[in-house]
Amino acid sequence: MSAPAQATAADAPIPASRVKLRTENVGMSFQREGKTLPVLENIDLEVRDGEFVCLLGPSGCGKSTLLNAMAGFLKPTSGDIRVDGEIVRGPDPRRIFVFQERGVFPWLTVEGNIGFGLSRLSRSERVQRVHHYIQMVGLEGFEKSYPHELSGGMKQRVEVARALAVNPDVMFLDEPFGALDSITRMIMRGELLRIWQAERKTILFVTHDIDEAVQLADRVVVMSARPGRIQEIVSIDISHPRDISSPRYLQMRDGILGQIGLAHRL
Amino acid sequence: MNERIGVSQWERWLCPVLATAMLLALWRYAVLWTGTRVFPSPREVERGLAQLVHEGVLWRDILDSLRRVAIGYFAALGLGIPLGLLLGWYPSLNQVVNPVVQILRPISPIAWIPVAILFFGVGDDAAIFLVFLGAFFPTVVTCVDSVANVPLIYRRAGSNFGLTPPQLLARVVFPAALPQILVGLRIALGIGWLVVVAGEMIAVNSGLGFLIIDSRNSGKRYDLVVGAMLLIGVIGLILDVLFRRLEAIKPVRWGFRNES
Repeated sequence: MSAPAQATAADAPIPASRVKLRTENVGMSFQREGKTLPVLENIDLEVRDGEFVCLLGPSGCGKSTLLNAMAGFLKPTSGDIRVDGEIVRGPDPRRIFVFQERGVFPWLTVEGNIGFGLSRLSRSERVQRVHHYIQMVGLEGFEKSYPHELSGGMKQRVEVARALAVNPDVMFLDEPFGALDSITRMIMRGELLRIWQAERKTILFVTHDIDEAVQLADRVVVMSARPGRIQEIVSIDISHPRDISSPRYLQMRDGILGQIGLAHRL
Repeated sequence: MNERIGVSQWERWLCPVLATAMLLALWRYAVLWTGTRVFPSPREVERGLAQLVHEGVLWRDILDSLRRVAIGYFAALGLGIPLGLLLGWYPSLNQVVNPVVQILRPISPIAWIPVAILFFGVGDDAAIFLVFLGAFFPTVVTCVDSVANVPLIYRRAGSNFGLTPPQLLARVVFPAALPQILVGLRIALGIGWLVVVAGEMIAVNSGLGFLIIDSRNSGKRYDLVVGAMLLIGVIGLILDVLFRRLEAIKPVRWGFRNES
């Protein structure tokens, strides 16, 4: 299978070859009722600058835990996580975590949420930046609205815009579209790809949806459960926009289905 | 659809009015049937209150009571909210302070009256202190719980944007906890209003509590006693209704399920 860096370079002007994030033999275990519960084992992964990587696996495989550790919210029990060669020691505004839309602050307006991380900027700069990202995610006219007045998809846009506004290098997305209806989810995937192509962030995206992974990612990291291990890394060498009924797409999707051990006939 | 809303709003007013009218009727006939010469009828209470208004003392009593509650209550908020937030934010500190709070909290402010008089002498300050005590502990406890209940996801999101702990407390934890805090502050206000009446019966010579005890002691004016009691009820209701309007303010409305 061809290297994903080349696949990306084919449809993007910026070469993405430098390693941005690296996990070195990361293991995690939780203590529960006096027993040690291994959650992750031997996670070795390199993510290149500007790459879109999906972590795919069944629920309980530790993919969310891995993402939280990469973001600095959890400390690995063993091994190191490095970004730009530096060990991650905590959350950092250069690496923003996007939760399901539950991470939007309900006490702030759309504007207030998107400008949340910009308090160091001058007022005019902040207003300009907020305006830019409101436009990018298509929320014009909702600047003064509160999250409880918005739909799930709109809230998710707010959260993505809030993350983008601080101009992070890396974005971690934890099943960001999981709570949305399937039509909104498809639209949001398209939007995310458009934004990713415009801004070229490194994206780590957790999902349990095989289609989602194959539609979005440069590489899909397939994980097995209990304890979570990397089972296989699949490069998706199809250029964007991807035709989701093309034989190549279906072939990749079936390959991953097989990896997970599911027959593609129900 | 409109008609339906119209009817229900109409009902919202009619039902309480009907219930009040029935209560007044019951009261009136109970007085008539029992032939009591001590307990006043609604009409006598009305006349008694009218007389007080005429003499100009009623407003003074009401304002004195409200003033004492306001001072004691806001002092309780001013100390209780920061303390509660701090204790909620640092669980280890709370472990130290919590036992003290839990021992002091169940002591009725009424039980503090002798101590209050010892500290502050007979006068306004003693009554205000009692209101303060009544409102302080529920405020602290509510703030501690509310902060502890702030979802981890908000704290993580906040810290992800590089906030320092004080910023996180001010910009994430406090606003996230505010709806729940407001519920506690509303209860604290109710307690403050309960306590001021008791305080005024002993520590001062003005206010609605004093009006009740004074009317009884000087001439057994039970019309004024009952009148003052009703006023306390009505003012308490008004305070509560006014407080609940805070729940409709946009930055906290998300926290109240019935509003959307």
